[in-house]
Amino acid sequence: MADSTDLKTTPLHAMHSAAGARMVPFAGYDMPVQYAPGVLKEHLHTRAKAGLFDVSHMGQVELRPKDGMVETAARALETLVPVDILGLKPGRQRYALFTNEEGGVMDDLMVANRGDHLFLVVNAACKAADIDHLKRHLGESCDIVVRDDRALLALQGPEAARIMAGLAPETAEMRFMDVRDIEIAGAGCVVSRSGYTGEDGFEISVPGDKAGDLASALLEDGDTEWIGLGARDSLRLEAGLCLYGNDLDAETTPVESNVAWAIQKVRRRGGAREGGFPGAGRILSQLSDGASRRRVGLKPRGRAPVRAGAWLFADEKSSDAIGKVTSGGFGPSVDGPVAMGLVPTEQCGEDTILFAEVRGKRLPVAVCALPFVKQTYKR
Amino acid sequence: MLKFTEDHEWLNIEGDTATIGITTHAAEQLGDLVFVELPEVGASFEKGGEAATVESVKAASEVYAPLGGDVVEVNEKIVDDPSLVNSDPMGSGWMFKLKLSDASAADGLLDKDAYDKLIG
Repeated sequence: MADSTDLKTTPLHAMHSAAGARMVPFAGYDMPVQYAPGVLKEHLHTRAKAGLFDVSHMGQVELRPKDGMVETAARALETLVPVDILGLKPGRQRYALFTNEEGGVMDDLMVANRGDHLFLVVNAACKAADIDHLKRHLGESCDIVVRDDRALLALQGPEAARIMAGLAPETAEMRFMDVRDIEIAGAGCVVSRSGYTGEDGFEISVPGDKAGDLASALLEDGDTEWIGLGARDSLRLEAGLCLYGNDLDAETTPVESNVAWAIQKVRRRGGAREGGFPGAGRILSQLSDGASRRRVGLKPRGRAPVRAGAWLFADEKSSDAIGKVTSGGFGPSVDGPVAMGLVPTEQCGEDTILFAEVRGKRLPVAVCALPFVKQTYKR
Repeated sequence: MLKFTEDHEWLNIEGDTATIGITTHAAEQLGDLVFVELPEVGASFEKGGEAATVESVKAASEVYAPLGGDVVEVNEKIVDDPSLVNSDPMGSGWMFKLKLSDASAADGLLDKDAYDKLIG
């Protein structure tokens, strides 16, 4: 384990310790994995009330076009992602993927059109590589401004909208993936109606020195509780959302990872801006002809959790694995084990029974639809 | 006679039979358990063998046989309700009973004072 003195901290670090967090090293940061209630209760609280997450370790990056035209930044970013960025309206956000030349995924990210620039939120573990990638490929037309002066908070759950409206009434009008400048608790925030739990909620970019005040204001509501990274993972797994490094990686294409929905028609074969991103040859042919494997939901038949890395087999006896579990654990809201895995296309039909190897035993798992819980986004 | 291991198990030894579970400290560290897998009655373990598995939402942990012996009884109640291990780890949350192959080997385990010192 890394010496904790080598770890970076977020502006909310002291608040976490005071709130009884158990801190762990994560992507170079000392982060709260859980608080006193523990992962199970934090997870259920988020689905019942409202969970507050410190996700300040994530990278916040502005793409500022040198000619002042946001279309310039959008056109430039489209050379790195298979996503319709030019069609993204001001005040809207969309999910995107940095692809590599082999068609694999370098990172997944959120892109917002902020009117005169694009605002990107990238994964903590990938942010140095992403920033380098942006500077190398887009540095000619855009300034890449890393906003490490800002913290990022997420408020998620059925009470999130009520709590936010109490502090900033204009958030009530926002719908899923809207992004706005809003002053909250005296701080200039960039608020998006989005998250990583399957629940309605908000992500709030806030100046680092105001993050503590904002967190305190959100926690004043009796329904808000701090939620750690442990429950963040079980919440996103139940919601069927990908974790970079598990369900998405440099060797697996967006089609194989079953995030092809993120690739709009305009970037596909026959589209007005077909291809033009790294790995387009492989990804576009997979979109037309299908891929040999795909990420699916897996529901273990028993109570035993089946975790990431477990090999999948077609039957109880065969010696050759056909696939692998990419994420798995216990879903507190499902009240049972849940998993996702990469399996051959011919075995990815719903209700197909596969076997996951756990501690030397072959446990039956059924291929199932994702997500495991109903998403409650405010469309 | 109550004994402990450095792997955070407790043993209550009566004659040549030991009732075994995980300590309060271990239960707190693991968090809410959601799954318990126990050995079969009749299974034999060497000291240090992987005898049981306990899982929280985020991780699986092994429970090792603190001494060699044969499993004579398991606590099925914690399979049906793993939360018993969290609510009463040293009592109704016991895991399995071993008929010890050498009861005198228990002398090498930690007593309560030594274990309390270990977890500081």
